[in-house]
Amino acid sequence: MTKAPSVSTTRKIKVDALSRVEGEGALDLHIQNGVIKDLKFRIFEPPRFFEALLRGRDHSEAPDITSRICGICPIAYQLGASQAMEDALGISVTGPLRDLRRLIYCGEWIESHVLHAAMLHAPDFLGLDDALQIAKVNPELVKTALRLKKLGNDILDVVGGRAVHPVNLKVGGFYKVPTKARVRELIEPLKWAIDASRGVTLAFGGFDFPDFDYDYTCVSLRHADEYAIHEGRIVSNRGLDIAVKEFPDHFLEEHVAHSNALHGMLREGEAAYLTGPIARYNNNYDQLSQLAKSTAKEAGLGRVVTNPFKSIVVRMVETVYALEESLRIASAYEEPDGSCVTVAPHAGTGHGCTEAPRGICYHRYQLDDAGLILRATIVPPTAQNQKQIEADLRGVVERNLKLDDEKLKWRCEQTIRNYDPCISCATHFLKLSVKRD
Amino acid sequence: MAAQKISAKPKLAVWKFSSCDGCQLSLLGCEDELLAVADRVEFAYFLEATRAQIKGPYDISLVEGSITTAEEEERIHKIRRQSKVLITIGACATAGGIQALKNFADVDEFIRTVYAHPEFIKTLQKSTAIADHVKVDMELRGCPIDKKQLLEVLGAYLIGRKPNLPDQSQCMECKLAGTVCVMVAKGQACLGPVTHAGCGNLCPSFDRGCYGCFGPKELPNTSALAARLGELGLDDKQRRDLFRTFNTAAAPFMKESLNYD
Ligand code: SF4
Repeated sequence: MTKAPSVSTTRKIKVDALSRVEGEGALDLHIQNGVIKDLKFRIFEPPRFFEALLRGRDHSEAPDITSRICGICPIAYQLGASQAMEDALGISVTGPLRDLRRLIYCGEWIESHVLHAAMLHAPDFLGLDDALQIAKVNPELVKTALRLKKLGNDILDVVGGRAVHPVNLKVGGFYKVPTKARVRELIEPLKWAIDASRGVTLAFGGFDFPDFDYDYTCVSLRHADEYAIHEGRIVSNRGLDIAVKEFPDHFLEEHVAHSNALHGMLREGEAAYLTGPIARYNNNYDQLSQLAKSTAKEAGLGRVVTNPFKSIVVRMVETVYALEESLRIASAYEEPDGSCVTVAPHAGTGHGCTEAPRGICYHRYQLDDAGLILRATIVPPTAQNQKQIEADLRGVVERNLKLDDEKLKWRCEQTIRNYDPCISCATHFLKLSVKRD
Repeated sequence: MAAQKISAKPKLAVWKFSSCDGCQLSLLGCEDELLAVADRVEFAYFLEATRAQIKGPYDISLVEGSITTAEEEERIHKIRRQSKVLITIGACATAGGIQALKNFADVDEFIRTVYAHPEFIKTLQKSTAIADHVKVDMELRGCPIDKKQLLEVLGAYLIGRKPNLPDQSQCMECKLAGTVCVMVAKGQACLGPVTHAGCGNLCPSFDRGCYGCFGPKELPNTSALAARLGELGLDDKQRRDLFRTFNTAAAPFMKESLNYD
């Protein structure tokens, strides 16, 4: 057993190189006489300077270049950049091309949510190191999860050409629309998957969730007609309701000394906020499908979720929904006549925002007369969540001071993994170190 | 704990440097094969997938990402010392990645552009390939790598044969797949003639010119292609930028791009 923490000593816990997150980050924790003296969540993913290197490049190159910010959520970048360019150039993508965009985004949600929930986060609730250990005790669960994840990737493949950094998306639409036959091949597997994902959701709903609740400021997109994924206005549960282009007026990014990532916050009160699955669920619950709502209820979720550890269940509920949406779109799909809306470049400024699996991802570009990028700003979800992650960690540590260092460390890691932090994205993110005095 | 038992399985480690995680994700993307792979090799160090960390030495190290910080410069040497076979995975590790665009720029200006406090940021002037620092036993191309190629390399290692990887150009993949040439038929700019095969003939089959994410093939005739692109109406900047993306620090692409600076 690791030494029991005595109340009057210094405890320093260090988590160097956090596992089961995408990218690298660390946590330093200093506890003195049972009080948190210092808590720092650091991102040490080296900066890759996307906003700087985009300058001078043609607007048409932004989707493929920004995609390389993150291999787990390339669609968030490809679509966010495309929409910002379309906004700058005054065009909009509607009808079947819009449906195809929603379909491929559903593919990204499915692939990313299942990877995180089943393979990266579930082991924490079972006290296991990884999904391979789950495979030893419950092979069927892991096999089902892998099949679900693969189906998400198959959607990316059919619509986009490949699962990581698809090649078929562009400003204005697609290079080539997929054939009806290939899209229809998704239908049977999707029918299986809706049922299978419900099973996984209910299994995860039965986990023992650490006791912790937070009154979050939830920020998400909201769309008039659908559960927002790739379009909408930016709203919060505290009455915010703005157009995407107003994002900079209400949100700011602070560069804090201990991190390579920028911390997002609300301008008003410089407050932390939450974006991602729980924020979406809380803000847009009314727009989920009946099946997703009933699955949520059966899995033990209320109308509003305040325990961040339950994000694993919310991710699976969103997976059920994304699978249903995919089935709906695939079943109705007819090949459109054109693959994209073409644009003559001109000067302008455009904004784009979509719901990446981890939360809202905002892009802004300023273009010159020839359509070359003069300025680029990208605000990824993990950067926005970073301040809230620190707030959650504080709360969780305060409630768990009795745990020994090893257990406290794991609990902190689990808290961070609630956010499925995509650290590669946020650099523009973990090692845990706890010091107890 | 089971993970600490001595096992005869080869130990596999996956290391990350400056990258987007897309290439190591390709390993988790082998859904049909992942459990079978886990039967044959031990994931001794794979932070993106597991908390378990087993000490080296490692039989195979897969390295993703490029070297952009002094810490990374040091770490790659440590990893090399602990690895019997070191394989770079992807354009970042093999050719510096998209972040090597900074090699052409004033890095201090880049830092000031992105960060409010430039003094907090530590970065090297250039993004460099792993082979610029240590001996590399094998390279997998692509941004991202192709998972079939990754499985081929792991499979070949396990039975002790040479992996079967194509070394021809993307153009050849078009011919083999019967894809109509987008340059001849549609006048589109395409890097297929000078780009390493391996993606599975992706972009041209989507009516799009190859953008070179697998990097230069051996002895590419980049100047002949650049001349042809000029005839198709690309100006100097467009030609420069075409060679200056995910494999910008690969010598043939870098040299050609400099002709149009
Ligand atoms: S080569 Fe491309 S896909 Fe692979 S890590 Fe680098 S940016 Fe990501």
